[in-house]
Amino acid sequence: MKIAYYPGCTLKAHGKNFEESALCTLKELGFEVIELPRWNCCGTVFSLTADDVIHHVAPLRNLIRAKDAGFNSVVTLCAMCYNTLKRSKARYEENPDIRDKINRFMDEEKINFNGSFKILHYLELIRDEVKLENLAFKIVKPLKGLKVASYYGCLLVRPREIGFDDMENPTIMDKLVDTLQADSVDFPYKTECCGAYQTVDKPQVVILRAAQILKSARERGAEIVEVSCPLCFFNLDYRQKEIQQIEADFKPIPVLYFTQLIAIALGCPENSLRFDLHEVDPRPILKQKGLI
Amino acid sequence: MKVNISQKKIRDSFVQKVQELSGQNLLVCYQCGKCSAGCPAVSEMDILPNQVIRFAQLGLKEELLNCRAIWACASCLTCNVRCPKGIKIAEVMEAIRQILLRQRLDHVDINKIPPEKRKEFPAIALISNFRKFTS
Repeated sequence: MKIAYYPGCTLKAHGKNFEESALCTLKELGFEVIELPRWNCCGTVFSLTADDVIHHVAPLRNLIRAKDAGFNSVVTLCAMCYNTLKRSKARYEENPDIRDKINRFMDEEKINFNGSFKILHYLELIRDEVKLENLAFKIVKPLKGLKVASYYGCLLVRPREIGFDDMENPTIMDKLVDTLQADSVDFPYKTECCGAYQTVDKPQVVILRAAQILKSARERGAEIVEVSCPLCFFNLDYRQKEIQQIEADFKPIPVLYFTQLIAIALGCPENSLRFDLHEVDPRPILKQKGLI
Repeated sequence: MKVNISQKKIRDSFVQKVQELSGQNLLVCYQCGKCSAGCPAVSEMDILPNQVIRFAQLGLKEELLNCRAIWACASCLTCNVRCPKGIKIAEVMEAIRQILLRQRLDHVDINKIPPEKRKEFPAIALISNFRKFTS
C-alpha cells in the first residue's frame, strides 16, 4: 500500500531518529512510503486569532500538493505538524469566507482544494489501518521486561475535535507498548504540557516542567519515556543535563520516540534508531533488557 | 492589588478587539476557575487565566498588556477543553499577545539568544517560538 508522507522540518535534522526509525517500521509493515515531492513548513503552531488567514496557507499548500499528486490522505509523524495541518483543514472547511479567501490566494496551485482529504498520524495508521493485533504478528523481538511511560503531550489529544484519542485519558500509546510486549506505565503527567516553545526564551520554566514530568514517570516505575513530538523530545531529553545541574539526585531517564520502540520490536537495524541523537543514552537499559 | 473599574474602560475598543481577535464572547465566563485550576503554567503567571478573562471583561487594558501571564501561556489548550462554558481561553491569551505583536512589540529578540544556544534548538522550537512571540 502506497502512503504519502509529510515529514516537516525537524524530522530532517534533529529528529532523524524519529524519521529513520519510522521509515524502517513502515517498510517492515509493507507500506511504500512516498515523501511529498515538494513540501513546506506547516508553521508549527495553528494561529488562534480569528482574522489570521495567511498562516493557514502554508499548511494547506502541502495538502493541495498531496492531492494534486493523486493522494487522498497524508501521514505525519510530528504531533505539531499533525495538529496544524488538521486544524487548518478544519478551519478551511467550516468557514466559507476563509475558504474563498484562501482559494483566491492559491495562485500557483493547479487545483482548488475542496477539503475531502485525510490527515493521519502514524499512530492512527497503526491503530486503524494496520491494527494492533496485526502488528503483534510482525514482532520479532518482544520488548519483554521494559517499563515504558507514554507521554502524549498536548497536540495529539487537544482540541477534542482534532485529537484522535480521549483528551483527558488517552491510551493509544500505552496499548502500543502492551502490543510490543513491554509494560506500559500509567502516570499522571501524561498529557501535561512540557512548556513547548517556551524552551527558547524561558528555558528555566521548561527545565522545571520537564523535571516534574520525568520524575513522575520514574516514580511510577518507568525505565523509559516514549514521545511522539520532536519538541517534547527536545524538552524532555536534552533538558535533563540542566535538571541534573539543579537537582543533584535526579536520575536521568531515556526518552525515545514510539517509532524507535516499534523499530526494535520489528527487528530494524540499530543504525536506523539513531541513538547518537539522544542526550540521555538509551543503550544501557536496552542492552540490560537484551533488546540491542 | 488595587483595580479601578469604570464604564469608560468597559466600553473601550480594547474589549471589542479582544473579543473580535479571539472570536470569544467574554461575558459568557462565570468565573468558576477551572481554567486556572488545570493550567500547567500558573506558577509563572501574575494574573491567572480566569482573571485574564475577568480583566478583559472589565477593559483593564494596561494590566493585561503589561502582564507576564500572556507570555507564560504555551497554548497547550488544557483550559479550552475543560471550560464548562466553552470559552477558548487560549484564544483570548493569543488575542492580547497579538494586540502587542501587531504593533511590533516583540516579546522575543533573536539577537539576545547567543548563537551557540541557537544551534542547540531544533527548528520546531525556534519556528514555534518566533511565530508566537514575534511580529
